Amino acid sequence: MKRLLILGGGTAGTMMVNKLRPVLDEQEWQITLIDEFETHYYQPGFLFIPFGIYNKQDVIKPKRDFYPPGVDVIMSKIDVIEPKKNRVKLADGKIISYDYLIIATGSKVHPAETEGMAGDGWYKNIFDFYTIEGALALRNFLKYWEGGKMVLNIVEMPIKCPVAPLEFVFLADWWFTEQGIRDKVEIEYVTPLPGAFTKPIASKFLGQFLEKKNVHIVSDFGTGRVDSANNKIISFDDKEINYDLLVTIPTNMGSDLIERSDMGDDLNFIPTDPNTLQSKEYENIFVIGDATDLPSSKAGSVAHFEADVLFENFQRAIDGRPLKKAFDGHANCFIESGFGKGILIDFNYDVEPLPGKFPLPGVGPFSLLEETRMNHWGKMTFRWVYWNLLLKGAELPIEAQMTMAGKKRQ
Amino acid sequence: MAEKIIAGKTVQVDEEGFLVNPDDWTEEMAPELAADMGISELTEGHWKVVRFMRKDFAEKGQVPSIRRMKNAGGIPTKDLYDLFPEGPGKKASYVAGLSKPHGCV
Repeated sequence: MKRLLILGGGTAGTMMVNKLRPVLDEQEWQITLIDEFETHYYQPGFLFIPFGIYNKQDVIKPKRDFYPPGVDVIMSKIDVIEPKKNRVKLADGKIISYDYLIIATGSKVHPAETEGMAGDGWYKNIFDFYTIEGALALRNFLKYWEGGKMVLNIVEMPIKCPVAPLEFVFLADWWFTEQGIRDKVEIEYVTPLPGAFTKPIASKFLGQFLEKKNVHIVSDFGTGRVDSANNKIISFDDKEINYDLLVTIPTNMGSDLIERSDMGDDLNFIPTDPNTLQSKEYENIFVIGDATDLPSSKAGSVAHFEADVLFENFQRAIDGRPLKKAFDGHANCFIESGFGKGILIDFNYDVEPLPGKFPLPGVGPFSLLEETRMNHWGKMTFRWVYWNLLLKGAELPIEAQMTMAGKKRQ
Repeated sequence: MAEKIIAGKTVQVDEEGFLVNPDDWTEEMAPELAADMGISELTEGHWKVVRFMRKDFAEKGQVPSIRRMKNAGGIPTKDLYDLFPEGPGKKASYVAGLSKPHGCV
């Protein structure tokens, strides 16, 4: 009996276990999944919580509901991965050996990486919305806020879902308008990037949206520290920005487990082949989702496209076949833009977001790099798709590889 | 792909002036590259950064991030901003003859 061990039962790990269990002979392959926590969070939903659009119940379900039969699930903290010995050690000292390992341990925010951030102001007038706790605390703050200067600040890249900070200020513009206090709120978008987004055409397009919504952008700002006593963020080159409310995207890092196992880079992301998803160091280890060091977005859609590639490559690996260099960095993101509208972008390692129709060329129903009501509808429907199709490993009508069909070069 | 003569040597550069082949780089080129970035004189501090970047790139095959320069190179981020103002990752990489840090998507 051989064992496939999967670390992490989040979006990527759950998809992999659902895809692989049906195709691996149960007499031959034991599948074991280890995860520390009971609850699965629909992370794209965190964005909506501060504005009261979703509540906590809308974004949580038990992880166990999504694991297929025929899988050993171990609820435990993992002490260390010992890749040279093909085994992991659990917190209680128990050893689990494997023939193949899939690491899907994700990433999370680390406010304490920035001096002064996690201090006295934390959850008083400094919040994140990348955790359920942060999103709920911010909800309670916004409910009673009467206005002032709101600063949205990205500390450093890469971050999970690089469009979420933009969506947050778009929604905030809408929400403050609804509350009748938009004229009392100043919104500033502070980013270490040279513009609104990483890729030029989308950056220009989204930059115009910020302007239209009266959001002031401060670019090339490397956040050095937070002075919470005086409500200021200070860059490494001593530029200062005042805030009344700071909504921050703290440093994102891979799991501490990766650091303990000495398998990651300086942010605990694991060196991974960008096209095959095999670990660069160990042949029998694959990495998927936010845990990789790939120069792609850290997002559920990316994990989904990676899962299609890894599904095939894992079977090739166990059959002794060469791996396919099939992953192209494909990402597909709905960007909620407020007032019941949304924008959609579709891109990969080499091709930046371009305008066009999606997924059917010329037809849609979604429009790329354009603001429409249909795109908003797509974003809101996605929660159902996520819980009912995506996590269960079902085929979606979107190819893993990005296609140029339906897109217009500019 | 353009060609450019730096310190008497003809090299290939990309549209932003970054060296295409890191192996073309020599220490003699650094002052000229620094001048392109508005840095008139390379101090010992600059050289510490450039040498670490070259060494780390040779070992890891990747342009080191600002965080890596702090953790592995012992270069405080604040110093890096003082030496290469406004965009230290990009500027230091340019002077060291490495590609533009792909940073992030």
